[in-house]
Amino acid sequence: MDNLLVANQVSKTYGSYRALNNISIEVPRGSIYGLLGPNGAGKTTFIRIINQITMPDTGSVLLDGEPLQPNHIQHIGYLPEERGLYKSMKVGEQALYLAQLKGLSKAEAKKRLQHWFERLEIGDWWNKKIQELSKGMAQKIQFVVTVLHEPKLLIFDEPFSGFDPINANLIKDEILKLRDNGATVIFSTHRMESVEEMCDHITLIHESNKILDGKLIDIKREFRSNTYEVGLVTPNKQAVANELKQHFELSPATFKTINDELQYNIKVSDGGANDLLAYLVNKGQVTHFVEVIPSANDIFIQAVKNH
Amino acid sequence: MNHLSLIIKREYLTKVKNRAFIIMTFLSPLIMVALISLVGYLSQLNNDKVRTISVLDESGLFANQFEDDDDLKFETLSAVSLEEAKKNTQESEVYGLLYIPNNKNIDTLAKSITFYSEDSPTISVINDIERAIRKKANSLKLEENDFDADEIAALRVDVATHLETFDGEETSELSSILRLAFGGIAGYLLFMFIIIYGNMIMRSVIEEKTSRIIEVIISSVKPIKLLLGKIIGTSLAGITQFAVWVILLGALSLAVTLIFGIDTSAMQAEQIQAAMQAGGGDMEDYITRAYLEFEKLPIANLIIMFLLFFIGGYLLYASLYAAIGAAVDSETDTQQFMVPILIPLILAVYVGVFTVIEDPHGTVSQVFSFIPLTSPVVMLMRIPFGVPLWQQILSVVILFATFMGTVWFASKIYRVGILMYGKKASYKEIIKWLKY
Repeated sequence: MDNLLVANQVSKTYGSYRALNNISIEVPRGSIYGLLGPNGAGKTTFIRIINQITMPDTGSVLLDGEPLQPNHIQHIGYLPEERGLYKSMKVGEQALYLAQLKGLSKAEAKKRLQHWFERLEIGDWWNKKIQELSKGMAQKIQFVVTVLHEPKLLIFDEPFSGFDPINANLIKDEILKLRDNGATVIFSTHRMESVEEMCDHITLIHESNKILDGKLIDIKREFRSNTYEVGLVTPNKQAVANELKQHFELSPATFKTINDELQYNIKVSDGGANDLLAYLVNKGQVTHFVEVIPSANDIFIQAVKNH
Repeated sequence: MNHLSLIIKREYLTKVKNRAFIIMTFLSPLIMVALISLVGYLSQLNNDKVRTISVLDESGLFANQFEDDDDLKFETLSAVSLEEAKKNTQESEVYGLLYIPNNKNIDTLAKSITFYSEDSPTISVINDIERAIRKKANSLKLEENDFDADEIAALRVDVATHLETFDGEETSELSSILRLAFGGIAGYLLFMFIIIYGNMIMRSVIEEKTSRIIEVIISSVKPIKLLLGKIIGTSLAGITQFAVWVILLGALSLAVTLIFGIDTSAMQAEQIQAAMQAGGGDMEDYITRAYLEFEKLPIANLIIMFLLFFIGGYLLYASLYAAIGAAVDSETDTQQFMVPILIPLILAVYVGVFTVIEDPHGTVSQVFSFIPLTSPVVMLMRIPFGVPLWQQILSVVILFATFMGTVWFASKIYRVGILMYGKKASYKEIIKWLKY
């Protein structure tokens, strides 16, 4: 079985507001799956359906080929966007409690917690109360609690909000490590840098509808515009520039360089890269020639705009 | 360990380990004993003061009628005029002057007696004086009409109607009072428990929302388990606190009595005794009779039903508090809901006191002893008068079923509350939630 999680035609309506409209996704096992969309698109509703906090009006969700059942919660680790911990409880007690709610035995939970606390170098927090910790520290605890029961499916809703860059990096590495150990990760965010770095697959939800999904690399190919970033050193810049403008569709580009050169984004027809390069070589010295790959951010904005 | 017991354990331990809770647990009995001791001490101070009253008896009929006791001393004045006596009394340390004019007509005399004092005398002083005067005046009046006072006293008939049900069970007026007391105590205890711990349950239900852990928890456990666990855990903490209070209060009042010699309970006993005597009964006799009546009550039945109704009633009201907690986002939104919760309970006590005593098996009593919000008090008051077992069981079942229903309902509100972002849930929506 390739997909750990499959959603079929899931719809959800709150009163007269349609939060999700026939959403179908397939989350491949062992992938990091980006669930993207602007604020209020329906991401959180969808995640809540997976977590059985609410149920869909129509459609079904399958985990490992089975329709969602109450005992599936122990195979899911969920870090909600709206998160917190019991403020007056001690870190250790709290983590043990939450782990036991997820079905771990006390002894097992303790063993794993000690391991995690050592790894994240937070062992001396065990007897501290949450209210004595900083927000970032509390977030670390929250992360540990989310992954402690070694779920098959991890769901992170805006996991990096509230972390400083160092801890965000640490958590990112931990997420990648979890993926390498076989977990499947659903990752909801509107921060595109992290999508770029981490996600293999993405789904873009906009105004309750899925407008895009697939492998990130395929989507990038789909959104490529055959544009090349070009740097050209030539003695008579003005003349070459005018000539280029007549022959090609171009726009100014800026990139870092040590040369005094012409910088352009040049769009060519499919497979026309070599022709462009040959043309440029004749005009001067080519110092820079790179295909412009659409960033997740560009794709996101373009897809939302086009919709 | 399953979810429910985990939650109960956490709720209980968090409450019991809470610093404010611990402080209140140990401080409240101290404060209470300190207050009672203070009141006891002050009233003892008051009691220790012996008041002297001068008596100017121009009629000469009341010689030796006023007996000195712990609080009052009488000294008889003679051969002084009223004006002089008044002046002397005012100047001396004497509390007041009782002036009995010379009048041969007892009725007129009884109405023309005057008491002079610096400020208004206390009721107990007036009562003491009037009692002595009345006694003497009565016997004088009897003598005047040629009756023998002792003979008349001997002729007084003591009325005590024997009450018996057709089943041969003897009852009495006294047993009615006992039954009333039983229901009253049950109602009062329930009332206190709800007022003290209802809020605690509500706060505990709001806790997840204010600490924003709600989604983490709710993705692990079902709301109904969470609420049930909170209600039971908090209640257990409440019972613990209550038990500590009872033990501490007992120990402390014992200590205070031994150390300072202030007998707090004796004050009440004295009052009761005084009331008994005023009612013409003998204290010991009364207690014996009360004990006998008590033995006639269906004790085992009462104790079992008391426990069931107390627990059930408490849980039901607790679940109402939980429902409020489930519906709101913060404690400040809860104020308006507080009073409506207590109204059924107050109503129950009223129905119990005014209707059940009048007619324990009448329609009103019957109906209210099945309505879950009032049954804990009303049924408990009816049981001593004999209620068929099936009615008792039915009422208990209704009570607990309503409790579970309320918790279930509260858990639905809870879930809706998280998801709806302030919107009102439609009925259709609520029905959908029932499936999970």
